[in-house]
Amino acid sequence: MAQASVTEIRQSSWWHRNQQQLTPWLFLAPGILFFLFYVIFPIFQSFNLSLYEWDGLGKAEFVGLYNYEELYWDDAFYTSLKNNVLWLLLYLLAIPAGLFIALFLNQTVTGIRLYKSLFFFPFVISQVVVGLVFTWFYDPTFGLLNVLLGAVGLPPLNVLGDENTVTIGIIVAGLWPQTAYCMILYLTGLNAVDPEQIEAGRLDGAKGWRMLWYIIVPQLRPATFIAFVVTIIGALRSFDLISVMTNGGPFGASRVLSFYMFEVALSEYGFRMGYGAAIAVVLFLIMLAFIAYFLWSMYKEEKAR
Amino acid sequence: MFPTPIERTSRSWQITYQSLLPLALILWLLPLIAVAIFSVKPDADFSNANYWGWPSSFEGFTNYALVFTGSDMPQYLLNSFKITIPTVIGAVGLSCMTGFALGVYKFKANIWIFFMFVAGNFVPFQILMVPVRDLTLQMGLYNTITGLVLFHIAFQTGFCTLFMRNFIRALPFELIEAARVEGVSEWRIFWYVVLPLMKPAIAALSVLIFTFIWNDYFWAVVLTQGVESQPVTAGITSFNAQYRAAYHLMSAGSIVAALPPVAMFFLMQRHFIAGLTLGAVK
Repeated sequence: MAQASVTEIRQSSWWHRNQQQLTPWLFLAPGILFFLFYVIFPIFQSFNLSLYEWDGLGKAEFVGLYNYEELYWDDAFYTSLKNNVLWLLLYLLAIPAGLFIALFLNQTVTGIRLYKSLFFFPFVISQVVVGLVFTWFYDPTFGLLNVLLGAVGLPPLNVLGDENTVTIGIIVAGLWPQTAYCMILYLTGLNAVDPEQIEAGRLDGAKGWRMLWYIIVPQLRPATFIAFVVTIIGALRSFDLISVMTNGGPFGASRVLSFYMFEVALSEYGFRMGYGAAIAVVLFLIMLAFIAYFLWSMYKEEKAR
Repeated sequence: MFPTPIERTSRSWQITYQSLLPLALILWLLPLIAVAIFSVKPDADFSNANYWGWPSSFEGFTNYALVFTGSDMPQYLLNSFKITIPTVIGAVGLSCMTGFALGVYKFKANIWIFFMFVAGNFVPFQILMVPVRDLTLQMGLYNTITGLVLFHIAFQTGFCTLFMRNFIRALPFELIEAARVEGVSEWRIFWYVVLPLMKPAIAALSVLIFTFIWNDYFWAVVLTQGVESQPVTAGITSFNAQYRAAYHLMSAGSIVAALPPVAMFFLMQRHFIAGLTLGAVK
């Protein structure tokens, strides 16, 4: 083998000279091709498709911006959009909640490792199972929620059956694993907090909330950034929970854009690929604002190195 | 350390904390504990409306045995493994290479290629749904495990590249320089110098991708249908349709479906947590 590579170097001196320029491209080629084929090109195809009326089988018919015009008059679209905003706002609660639990668990008592792992549990479980569990929790006939409400003398609720509460009910289910995720991010972040700064703060008389806000939270910035990224993306991707818990109901009240898109394009409501693509484009543009911000932050950090 | 270490606080707070811990944990995991109890209850408890009481008899073995013998669950589980394991190997393998290229070499397009992977990884699935489904149909891979695996590998490469590249960036670059001075070819540097150092990252990423893919539901519904190719996340919904209102069986089924990633998490706990934070925070 060593013998072979020596002769190789002698013979192909062109390769030898350009090795450092060419190698990265050879290493990148399979990954890039795969990614372009399955991720990047389909994005553009969806943009294109949103200008067509297509049932997925027959011939696609060019309709220009008609799909977007229809979207403008579609009440279900606005319901979904409103719910998406609600998801975005309420889902962010996972960040302070995760920080709170992380602070609670950031101790060194015996068995704390096991506690940390068990607190993280909800994140490892499939959202399909989480959805199922919470559907039973909310169940109006036997759900634990109403048992608890009854115990303190409150009237029973039908969370998933009421148009006004259904989305909040699903978001709460989603917050459970998401909080666990943020908790882990903060736990590792807390490990990296500089103990000298804490001691210095203590000498200056900083305690409790002031210490947390002025000394700890600024040092947790990297963890907060990642928690923010994964929470925003999680909120905009919410699909599994809605599909399992309510299937968009009652009367479409719990739809979000990602679910509505699926419903329009691939369900008994019909195969309107073009219209679905138009909804996906709107969702993509919302996400793009965040992606641009994330990349910009990363770019600044790269430059600073 | 913040908050103040418990050893340095008053005795009464120490006791409060120690008793608060298990209480908080039980409260946090209450939904899961409920499902676990459901799964060992006999059918009769549900018809007698004994939902939250103690099981009147222990039927764990019967219930779980029925999940494995009376339904398509074993097939769904097998499919899940057939989807998850090749995806892990494929995505981690590809990203070792892309991560190496982006982490070690300096060239103009480097950061833009990196950003392409990162941005693609953040994209909403729905914008890919119709074209990818169409593509899979045209390749004759609709409703096959291969079709699902190929897409998963491609999509996960985005996240894996982000992870691997950041990991390689943090390695000591002098090692690579030294090897170059020795005249070691680039390919051999990758294989003999960098790859052995990447073992912790490979372990962490493998566990992470295993969990992501095992728990995927959306693409399973979009690209497959039916017992022959659907993974267990999609299977559990048809399982539930089969045993509608048989809560003990639905609970047992859910636990079986959730178990492999949980087992993986506990076996590889340290890697898993390193994976979640390292690829990201660093």
